[in-house]
Amino acid sequence: MITLKYFASLKAIADKEEEHLDIENPITIDQLSDIISETAPKMGAMIREKKVLISVNQEMASVETIIHDGDEVAFLPPFSGGTK
Amino acid sequence: MSTTTFSKVRIQLEDFSVTDEIEAMKKVSRNIGGITTFLGTGRELSKGENISKLNFEHYPKMAEKKLEEIREKAIKDYGIIDMSIIHRIGPIDIGENIVLIVAAGEHRKETFVACEWAIAELKRTTPIWKRETTSSGEVWVQDTP
Repeated sequence: MITLKYFASLKAIADKEEEHLDIENPITIDQLSDIISETAPKMGAMIREKKVLISVNQEMASVETIIHDGDEVAFLPPFSGGTK
Repeated sequence: MSTTTFSKVRIQLEDFSVTDEIEAMKKVSRNIGGITTFLGTGRELSKGENISKLNFEHYPKMAEKKLEEIREKAIKDYGIIDMSIIHRIGPIDIGENIVLIVAAGEHRKETFVACEWAIAELKRTTPIWKRETTSSGEVWVQDTP
């Protein structure tokens, strides 16, 4: 089982904060985006079009990154912490 | 998320005392000869709109990890003695403290440079997001692509 997390503005787009998926074999983030598109097509498109940042187990990743059972994948909008 | 210990990197709901953080830093080494601080506070006007409230969200563990990486790199690359980074999350009113960076070194020059680098790096790499409440509604701020 993998855990997917959505932060800030992406929670409304995905219509959830977190979800769990069972995967039989390792898959790429790109392949994962197809699964996400089944329930949240706009979110899936944003991942494929690289409009969001991605982390796997809290390290920055890309659509080519391969994810394995037990991984935590997070989708992150551009950061805005601190102040100008 | 505790203020009872002076961990060098913290993300916390509660406010912090700039004076207490500086005093804690001064105790780190008797070789400290200069301390530069950056304090970010809640601003009322943003892009022509009045903001009534701010709210910060973070990715727990990853955000703390990134701040610790910034601290370690600042010490290593700029030759400062130590750095602390504190960022608040949750609801923050206008004028309240948001983020504090304290850079301590033997001399002032490296502390100025390290402090400026650290706040820019924080904005670039740390998963913390700001939501502004204005008369038009609530909006997530996405300044940095």
